[in-house]
Amino acid sequence: MDTLHTLLLAFIGIVVVNNLVLTKFLGICPYLGVSGRIDMAFGMGCAVTFVVTLAGTLTWIIDHTFLIGTPLEVMRYLCFILVIAGAVQLVEMYLRKFFPSLYESFGIFLPLITTNCAILGLCLFLNLWEIKRLDEAVVLSAGAGIGFTLAICIMAGIRENMELADVPGPMRGAPITLITAGLLTLAFMGFAGMI
Amino acid sequence: MSSQSLGKTFTAGLWDSNPVLRLLLGMCPTLAVTAAMKPALTMGLSVIFVLVCSNIVVSLMRNLLKPHLRILMFTLTIATFVTIADLYLKAFLPDMSAALGPYIPLIIVNCIIIGRAEACASKSGVLVSIVDALGMGAGFTLALCLLATIRELLATGKLFETPVMPSWFTPWAGMGMPVGAFVTLGLILALVSVITNKSKS
Repeated sequence: MDTLHTLLLAFIGIVVVNNLVLTKFLGICPYLGVSGRIDMAFGMGCAVTFVVTLAGTLTWIIDHTFLIGTPLEVMRYLCFILVIAGAVQLVEMYLRKFFPSLYESFGIFLPLITTNCAILGLCLFLNLWEIKRLDEAVVLSAGAGIGFTLAICIMAGIRENMELADVPGPMRGAPITLITAGLLTLAFMGFAGMI
Repeated sequence: MSSQSLGKTFTAGLWDSNPVLRLLLGMCPTLAVTAAMKPALTMGLSVIFVLVCSNIVVSLMRNLLKPHLRILMFTLTIATFVTIADLYLKAFLPDMSAALGPYIPLIIVNCIIIGRAEACASKSGVLVSIVDALGMGAGFTLALCLLATIRELLATGKLFETPVMPSWFTPWAGMGMPVGAFVTLGLILALVSVITNKSKS
């Protein structure tokens, strides 16, 4: 029961309280770039969730079996980025084989998941927060992906409605998107005292 | 290449294709470390170091690169130099390293650096790559400092942790929070687009 309690708190913590996009500024590029339409945003969120769960778990295992406490610790960043690149390659091959239409619609954004800072950021946070248990690492990784999907879908929903609004000329495009994102973070700050 | 076109390559990074203000690259560190001047400046200098070193190495090995492996090679080169920068900061500026936390290792996935490796260093000679890296790095650092000046001044009334505002000034706590970063950058981008439209017409 105690384990379940910890895991549940960790999950809620990473999804809403410490949402990687809105409080840690990670994964801002796809957050601003792919949030034009809600179906694209959801697809992107799912791909990122899968990659981050896989990469977070694998890097945690590698970190704890080979790196921590040995001189190899300087190789940490190299290892992490190789695992992430490998995981993205795996997703790419899987999608191309089984969901060719989805693969086509993602285009360039799929390989770009490798350079999504939310993924490397989460792997680094697992190390920084000194997560000791495998199940907690898995829950945090999956939660980070779900939090990213939540943030990008909310943003896409707002931007679809903003198409109809009369935005002043110079504010169109990136500026108004950033200000909207700012107001969203303000809303998410309401969760700050929850845990 | 003549010195005039080298100068053009350098100044392009400062304004015409400023990575943050015009190309919207490298947004994560831009938003995350600009609550105060000191971390912003440290971040800018680290990025210049990594950008120059990785551009030199990528430019030297540009004829050996296989197309399908090039992104991986870029990333590994960048990760090596980021590790060097990170260990240096941990050894000599431990406070700064702790304050910046994961954002120094996150330079690995900074789109500016991979973007320059792909767009410039893998196609041109070493000298041009160095000048391009310096220009882009300086443009990034300038944008970071601009944002950090506004935010630190309004959030705490200080610059480089020295009080500069008059005593009646009430600090705007929101500027130090994520919301301040997003809204300030949004307003700066709007200002930049006003200036560009003016100079066009």
